[in-house]
Amino acid sequence: MDSLLNESRPAVFCPGCSHEKVMHGVDQALTGMGIAAEGVVIVSDIGCSGLFDVFFNTHAFHGLHGRALTYATGIKMARPHLKVIVTMGDGGLGIGGAHVLSTCRRNIDLTLLVLNNFNYGMTGGQCSATTPREAVVGSGFLNRIEKPMDICQVAGAAGAGYLDRVSAYDKGLVAALKAAMAFDGFSLVDIWGICPGRYTRRNKLTPKTIESDLAQLPSLDDFMARNARVEYSRAYRQEAARQPVVSDPIRIKASCTSPMAGRSEIVLLGSAGQRILTAGELLCLSGAAAGCHATQKNDYPITVMRGHSVTEVILSDTEIEYTGIENPSSVIVLAAEGVNRRKKMLSELSSDTHVIKAAGIELPACQAVISEVDFRARKIKAPDWALAALAILAWQNKILTVEMLKAALKLRFNSAVYEKALRVVEKAAPQ
Amino acid sequence: MALNLMEGNEAIGWGAMAAGCNFFAGYPITPATGIYNTMLKLLPPRGGVCLQGEDEIASIGFCLGASMAGMKTMTATSGPGISLYSEQISFAIGSEIPVVIIDVQRLGPSTGSATKGADGDIQFLRWGSSSGLPVIVLAPVDVKDCYLLTGQAFNLAEQYRCPVFIAANKEISMTRETLDLEALDMPSIINRQMADSTASFLPFGTGGKQQVPGFLPIGGDRPVRQTSSTHGADGYITTDPEQIAAMQARLDAKLKTAVSEFTCFEELNVQNADTLVIAYGVTARAAKAAVRRLEKSDHPASLLILKTLWPVPEALIREKAASCQHIVMVEMNLGQYVRELRRLLPDKKIDFLGQMNGELIKPGQIMEVIAHG
Ligand code: SF4
Repeated sequence: MDSLLNESRPAVFCPGCSHEKVMHGVDQALTGMGIAAEGVVIVSDIGCSGLFDVFFNTHAFHGLHGRALTYATGIKMARPHLKVIVTMGDGGLGIGGAHVLSTCRRNIDLTLLVLNNFNYGMTGGQCSATTPREAVVGSGFLNRIEKPMDICQVAGAAGAGYLDRVSAYDKGLVAALKAAMAFDGFSLVDIWGICPGRYTRRNKLTPKTIESDLAQLPSLDDFMARNARVEYSRAYRQEAARQPVVSDPIRIKASCTSPMAGRSEIVLLGSAGQRILTAGELLCLSGAAAGCHATQKNDYPITVMRGHSVTEVILSDTEIEYTGIENPSSVIVLAAEGVNRRKKMLSELSSDTHVIKAAGIELPACQAVISEVDFRARKIKAPDWALAALAILAWQNKILTVEMLKAALKLRFNSAVYEKALRVVEKAAPQ
Repeated sequence: MALNLMEGNEAIGWGAMAAGCNFFAGYPITPATGIYNTMLKLLPPRGGVCLQGEDEIASIGFCLGASMAGMKTMTATSGPGISLYSEQISFAIGSEIPVVIIDVQRLGPSTGSATKGADGDIQFLRWGSSSGLPVIVLAPVDVKDCYLLTGQAFNLAEQYRCPVFIAANKEISMTRETLDLEALDMPSIINRQMADSTASFLPFGTGGKQQVPGFLPIGGDRPVRQTSSTHGADGYITTDPEQIAAMQARLDAKLKTAVSEFTCFEELNVQNADTLVIAYGVTARAAKAAVRRLEKSDHPASLLILKTLWPVPEALIREKAASCQHIVMVEMNLGQYVRELRRLLPDKKIDFLGQMNGELIKPGQIMEVIAHG
């Protein structure tokens, strides 16, 4: 195979642009490695380096500025056997910085070629993440007050497995590209070049100065030794194969009879740690065990282990339309945090509502029928109060039956927890 | 009878699996994280891929790359993430990349309230790209819809090669609900039309009645191109006004002319009703309760629940509104979809009920507007 270049679309860079050298270098590296057109994808970024996809007769993907590595990652995960080459300028490096760092951390088998010419060529020569402070560019004084970065050191610190710096004019360019492409993992080559269209109009930069500047940069060998590890897509597949297959969602057979007809709304008001949400789920499962429809909405702070915990459950033998609470049949009040969260609802309760309240908790004035329960006196611990309150309802055949509750416990817990839960249910039995 | 119990977010995950999804990428965000959690459990052990991107832009970027390599991809986020997706969405529209995007809406603007619901992104989903070209948006009402419409979304994304949104809402996605999965009628799987790789393949070639180009994957036997630049049928950048106009017209027409093929809705017809309530998403449930309660009153109303929001199912809306003089539009925002109704039904009396306070609109509020405007 002679070339993977697209004969009908010759390069259109400015005369003397080093990108053209890199383009030929990539072609020679690929053909030299015996990679066929269908075995490689060129993923190009935006800017002059973003023209690369057009010049190759291979698979090609040209997306958004800075995001080339995101597509390349998706493609590699989908097609692990494909050789994936990403071309990006120093502009793409800056705007897509998060993707560069994350790709280094992943060590996915892509080759990122940074066509580094120290400015944004296509938009008029503005400063980029690699523009020297002393350069004169299209961004006025701005580059003088920012520090350029050495992408190889950044990438090394982020975990890149293979790093190299090379001049576009170096005789060893093709060999450098081949070595990077042959690496089994993420490889990054920082290719320094000249943009005569913009940069060298006002700045002195020659193949010679590039060579001497590159020679002064710190070695990257330590990074590579430290970052050596398994390639990401292979590691992913190994780990994935070890994951247990999740079985289909549990089907709950209607095995009990509900004591209620129509719609019942139940609200549990408590605090974090009181297993309020689990109690709500148990109510739903109880309902389902009696063939009823159920919905559950929760309200808790974004942070965990403190603050209110509220659950609103609706059980109904007909379709549940509105999922909000309009006229609760039952409100279980276990902590002041929950009361504070639903003050308005509590004060508007009618005499249709039955409230079960833990001893010592203050409620706003309302018309509901209130029964107070001293859980401590019954030797029930605070994390079990919510379950105990459900059991109290069940023993009274209100909303649910003991049989429904037991069916729910069986569905939700393993046998050890189930046995413990049964003891709580017994403790809540009428005395 | 047997029931399942799950959150809307879990149902979206199971629906995706039933539709053949084999690639998911997302970035954690309340209230959509449950979808990512579900996919992480379901996909890898079944040979699929589930990734966590470094941000939302990466997450959808992974999907676009994988989709062009032939996978069936989904991502999920909320309003703040949709904002970051925007440029990638434009890419998917213009370059015809199938992807299912779940927006579990939360109360905005901006960071807003992570755990409060709203339907504040409805126009944003339609217009949040840099083209004005149409997208498909489906809106689930309950957990059952989360399952079914996600399946439908995959079919549409494949069939029309475009992004398809599910406009979910915290109030559905994070609400746990019973459903009978086995009784649901999941549409049979539709996969994208493959092109003939031996003929002279054009990555964006169409012709005759065919409005969607045939597909060949990146990484397949024959080199193919994908580009975000304005392109001709050959996938190369073009400046030819005729080619550009033809491409734009096709992208506009391929969805707009097909909307009757995927107009999903539900209705409740009440005899002698002169009022039609129109709602979507979780609000449709309160609307249903309101309409049922008023059935035998002096103010009976019918109900139309829209599940395909974009492209606007104009024919359906005109037909269902024909016999009513009074329209009540209810939505969890300050008036977004009602704009479409005002455009389509200029002769009707249209009352609007909206709310943006993090609370569900109550049946009583809707009954009030039905009865007294
Ligand atoms: S502007 Fe600079 S980088 Fe772009 S083609 Fe011209 S010389 Fe090359």
